Order: sequence, then structure tokens, then C-alpha cells
Amino acid sequence: MLTIENLSFGVQEDKGQKEILRDVNLTVGDRKFVVITGPNGGGKSTLARLIAGIEKPTAGRISFDGTDITELDITQRANMGISYAFQQPVRFKGLQVLDLIRLAARKKLSPADACEYLSEVGLCAKDYINREVNASLSGGELKRIEIATVLARATKLSVFDEPEAGIDLWSFQNLIAVFERMRETIQGSVLIISHQERILNIADEIVVIADGRITAHGPKDEILPQLLGTASAVDACSMLYKGGR
Amino acid sequence: MADFANIDEIQLRMLDEVADLHQVPAGAYNIRANGKMADRASTANIEIVSKDDGSGIDVRIKPGTRHESVHIPVVLSESGLHEVVYNDFYIGDDADVVIVAGCGIHNCGDQDSMHNGIHRFFLGKNAKVKYVEKHYGEGDGKGKRIMNPGTEVTMEENSYMEMEMVQIKGVDSTKRNTTADLAAGAKLVIRERLLTHGTQYAESGFVVNLNGDDSSANVISRSVAKDESRQLFLSEINGNARCAGHSECDAIIMDNAKIGAVPKITANDIDAALIHEAAIGKIAGEQIIKLMTLGLTEEEAEAQIVNGFLK
Repeated sequence: MLTIENLSFGVQEDKGQKEILRDVNLTVGDRKFVVITGPNGGGKSTLARLIAGIEKPTAGRISFDGTDITELDITQRANMGISYAFQQPVRFKGLQVLDLIRLAARKKLSPADACEYLSEVGLCAKDYINREVNASLSGGELKRIEIATVLARATKLSVFDEPEAGIDLWSFQNLIAVFERMRETIQGSVLIISHQERILNIADEIVVIADGRITAHGPKDEILPQLLGTASAVDACSMLYKGGR
Repeated sequence: MADFANIDEIQLRMLDEVADLHQVPAGAYNIRANGKMADRASTANIEIVSKDDGSGIDVRIKPGTRHESVHIPVVLSESGLHEVVYNDFYIGDDADVVIVAGCGIHNCGDQDSMHNGIHRFFLGKNAKVKYVEKHYGEGDGKGKRIMNPGTEVTMEENSYMEMEMVQIKGVDSTKRNTTADLAAGAKLVIRERLLTHGTQYAESGFVVNLNGDDSSANVISRSVAKDESRQLFLSEINGNARCAGHSECDAIIMDNAKIGAVPKITANDIDAALIHEAAIGKIAGEQIIKLMTLGLTEEEAEAQIVNGFLK
């Protein structure tokens, strides 16, 4: 499904090249539910953006369904079947929730059909369908609409960048339920960046990224106990990273 | 509904663009084509008469008229036509009506075509008006399509007016001036949507005087300037009593366009609460990226963002 080989990404800074990701190798199999975790600033989001085509790698290759997509742009990758949910969803003045869901589904959905995707993420659809995707929506509402756009696409690979970030407790409960359902009815592969134990707990595989490298990758049952050895997953990741050095 | 008798194909299409009219509308109407009255109808409650000096029309709406509409579109399909029209609307106390104006210019010639429509509205006590005005231009001639609308609104106690002004396509030059005077309890809502492209120029000026206690005004302008076009938004709200005024100018700038926004709010009363918001900026890169991740090309994404913004 998705194969990442020797992927590196760096940015030019005053002091010289700063490496964000170094020589990352990862395969996400068909219908796998993979959670990427690790300390902040470790390069997780960058990896997601490289997969979606928002950033271009400085070295390495990305293949999707056997096709090298390293040189393809965002639109081409999206049309091949890669979806990407932003960590901080974008606001649009004027564009309504219904417009966004229709654009995502790539067909003229009836409001009733679009509502199903909103209900799926725990939003009372009739209250939202005609709302503008603007600053009047809370962080949690935007986040759920963002996830609904990915659900509406129903592609082979869905990448979620910290779906739990910036949302309130109430939204969080719904969100977990959304991913638990997604886990049960999985059609394509799902790649989620998350710090949440409940999301880690439903993974087939867990990948730990720290300081630009994959420091652990394996079945949930193998990786999760190591992560939960300390008070928080984040601390555990740091320990893992230190240990792996 | 019947077909129009004195309207040709091109004019019919323009009517569709500016007033959604395909056939003779229900209610009162006055259709002006190429400088002359082409069709007119009054109703029991709404009377349309030509001014004695021929400079325009008077529309008189009886007090208490409910849920009726007036259509007064103007179409120009001859090149080189210049006209100034004065239309006055007298809306009786407690009336509740919809007024649809609009101007379409089809200019295939080399001479400029210009329509300057001056509309004056006098709203009686508790009267309620929804006013819709669309401007549209087309034609591939070198002659320019020019529209300079002037709107003056006088609102008596507790009257309500909602104005929707749209200019999306094909008008080369426009200078809009809108002034409003509000008595106690009157409420005015203005929504303007504007798109300029090519080398077009659009200027939009609003002066709202909140003269009576508990009067309020909300002026909302959304615009997009593309290519080499230029826009200037001028808004002035004067709070002369216990009142609430809000104006908002939100613009997207693209290509080599230029946009100016000049807000002015003046409080002449301790209880006047006035707010102005203005924002000009290009389309955020993240917005385009988001729509590209849904499979749209960059151009499609840009078009969707502009359409949504002006919807």
C-alpha cells in the first residue's frame, strides 16, 4: 500500500541544514490501522505532510500501491487515493460545511447524504450543514468537520495529523468513538498521528518517531506496554528514544 | 405569466442576469430598455408613474401593502448610450415589499455605454423593504460598460431595510454612492458583493447617519479584485444618537490588483456604539492546500474559494 524508503527532509537555516527527518523507512500494509506517536518536534507531522505531498523530501522515495509518487503533487496524490486531515483545520469565509463535504465527496451529494458524514463525527447535522467554515466554529467543531471531509472521500489511505489536538473533552469522546468505528469498518489503510492512549490502543501497529527517526515499530501489543511504562506516553517516547541511541 | 412583448433576445438574457426574470413578473414592474420604457404594470397597491419631466419614475406603495414585489430592471444593448435616471420609491407605513432593481449592459460596439441610476427610497413608519440590485455587463466591443448608481435612503421610525448589491461580472467602471438617514428604531442592513477583473475600477461609498435612538446599521462588503483591477471602499457611519453601527469590509486581493479601504466612524453621542472592521489579504496558502488534498487543482481551489467568499 504505502512504502517509504530512506526518506529525509531538511530545512535551510542560518546555521546550515536542519534535519527534520532522517532516513525513514516504513511500510503501511493494506487495511492496516497504524498510529504514529512520539515526542513533539520529532518529525511526525512532517512525515504526514510528505505523504500528502505538501512538502517535498530532500532524499528518499514514497510509493503508493506500487507507484512511485515522490514527484507527484498534492492533487495527483489526492486523486490516487490519499486523504489528509490537517492538525489545524483551515477556515474559509463563505464556504459552507455542505460545500466542503461535497468537494470532498467529489459529487453533488444531497444535504441528507452530507449530513450522514457529519452525524458520523458526532455533529448534529442540521445545525451545521449551512454554517460557514469560518471563525464562528470552535476548534472541536472544525476538527470534526475536517475528519468528516476525509470520511466523505473514503480513499485507500487516510492520514490524520493529531486529530485530538485542540479539542474539548466532549468532542474528544466523540472523536475516539469515530476512530473506534473506523477501526471496525476499515476499508482502506489508516495512519494516525496521536498521543492518545485510547487511539494507540486500537492500533494494529505503533510507530514511534523521535528526533527525526523511527525508534520503534511493531504490533500494538509489543510497543504499547513499553510506552505505558511511565506516567505519559510522551515521556515514555523520550525514554525510548534515549534508550535507542 | 406571459412573455415580454418589446424585449429582444439579448435584453431577455440581461434581464435574467440582473433580475432573474424570464417572463413578465407577478406584481408591479417597469422595464427600461435602451433608454425607453419597454413594459410596465402597476397593481392595486403599487403605482408606477413616469415623472413629468421624463427623467425617471415614481413608485408609490400604499401603506399596509404586504408581500408584494416591484421589479425595475434596466437593460442597455446599444453601444454609445448614456443615461441618467431618477427613480423615487415611496413606501407607505407598515408596508412589507421586495424591490428588485438591476442593470445589464451589453456593449458590442466601440463607444462607451453608461447608466447612472439614482434611486431614492422613502420608508414610512414600520415599513419593511428588501432591495436587491445586480449589475452585469457583457459584450466584446471596445466600448466600456459604465454604471454609477446612487442610492439615497430615508427611513422613518422603526422601518427596516435590507439592501443586497451585487456586481460580479463585466462592468468596467463603477462608482457607487449610498447614503442613508435613519430615525429612531430604524434598522438598515447592507450587503455588498463585488468582483473586479481585467482593468476594471470600482468605488463604493457609504454614508450612514444614525439620527434616532435605537437606530442601527450593518454594512457588510465582500470583494475580490483580480488581474489589474482596482477597488476603493469608503464607509462612513455617523452615530448621532443612542445607536449601534457596524461596518465590515473584507477583501481578497489577487494578481496585480489594488484595493483600498477607508473606514470612518464618528460618534456624536455618548451612547453611540460603532465598530468598523476591515481586512484585505490574499487567499491563504493553507486554504488552497486543503482543497488540493480533496483532489482539486490549484486553479479549481482558487475558484471555489472566491465563489464561496462571494456567495
